[in-house]
Amino acid sequence: MNGVHDMGGMHGLGPVEIEKNEPVFHSEWEAHVFAFTVAAAAHRRWNIDMSRHSRERMPPAEYLAATYYERWLFGLQKLLVEEGLVSARELETGRAESKADGARTLRAAGVAEFLRTRIHARLEDKVPPKFKPGDRVVARNIHPAGHTRLPRYARGRRGTVERDHGVFIFPDTNAMSRDKKPQHLYTVHFTARELWGHAAPARDGVYLNLWDDYLDAA
Amino acid sequence: MSGHDHHHHDDEHAREHDRPLSGPALRVKALESLLVEKGLVDPKALDELIDTYETKVGPRNGARVVARAWVDAAFKKHLLADGGAAIAELGYTGLDAEIIVLENTPKVRNLVVCTLCSCYPWPVLGLPPVWYKSAPYRSRAVIDPRGVLKELGEAVTDDVEVRVWDSTAELRYLVLPERPAGTEGWTEEELAGIVTRDSMIGVAQVTVPAGSRR
Repeated sequence: MNGVHDMGGMHGLGPVEIEKNEPVFHSEWEAHVFAFTVAAAAHRRWNIDMSRHSRERMPPAEYLAATYYERWLFGLQKLLVEEGLVSARELETGRAESKADGARTLRAAGVAEFLRTRIHARLEDKVPPKFKPGDRVVARNIHPAGHTRLPRYARGRRGTVERDHGVFIFPDTNAMSRDKKPQHLYTVHFTARELWGHAAPARDGVYLNLWDDYLDAA
Repeated sequence: MSGHDHHHHDDEHAREHDRPLSGPALRVKALESLLVEKGLVDPKALDELIDTYETKVGPRNGARVVARAWVDAAFKKHLLADGGAAIAELGYTGLDAEIIVLENTPKVRNLVVCTLCSCYPWPVLGLPPVWYKSAPYRSRAVIDPRGVLKELGEAVTDDVEVRVWDSTAELRYLVLPERPAGTEGWTEEELAGIVTRDSMIGVAQVTVPAGSRR
């Protein structure tokens, strides 16, 4: 979706300010939003792409005004209700009307193992690549209303395939319908001038990870 | 915004227990109670998760990876060829992404960003700092990386190529900064001590802090 989360290239959002000796969490509630969001994922009712899309759906003005963990809170509430772990009424009243199936509930003893276990986005499916390193490609000028990982600033731009990473889950369909749609993922190099015009420094460039469905031969 | 939010961070943290909860703190407490009551989350697991990222997983992990690469050429070669596998050798694994290591040289500076959200190499750097997830960095890193670096006191000369890596997939990036001059003969442990988080994101170079000489 052409949301405000797709920020690459925007102006006017202010200076980058690095906080010295920044704590991991700035308040107790932030730590708790982080923790119960990670813990809720153990129920495997949603995938990482659905999770990202839940935060992107925060209304734009709210998204810009919100702190990072407020966005997480918004996204988690959406997922809990949409994926049936919590009812809208329970969320509204704060009172549980039924007990959940606790079989997958993350326990303290299982945390280390849970964090060690990688959920692979890489797939074993045998899918032929459409491109190879060195190929010239153009990122499609597409504007999906749902989730996508093709930033607006790269659409319609020409680049060069640097590397083929193999077959990966395609986030656009995985977020919207849990369709993994296995396909090759590449690193594509775009010159800064191709993206930002001739005032950009000649040597510089941006590298993006893009899937077959985002690319055409140039 | 409530008055609560205007306090300095340390102050805010200290006051959290003796002031009435407001705004997000209240909503978070209500949601957590509901999730616990339904049996969807276990409070002890939440404490364990918080403790893990507050005390165990953080940029010290990445610093050890960098220091090892500086002293061990074979490890460095492995690290650049297959970052995830080399990093796993040091015991840092986890979650959903593979890690790619980007080498800085006198002629190439790498800068990592996630313009669409907040993708970051958790196993080696922990959770991202606020500035990395913020609108200013996400918007500017791709269109004006030199401006961002200059603002942070890291101006890059024209003969250096700036490569920006926008983390759009389940691949995470770790920058291997240049080893600073004056560290010849340092041990791996001493080297790890000067590698900063920001140098592994690419917004800073590693320097020898005054007074850190052996």
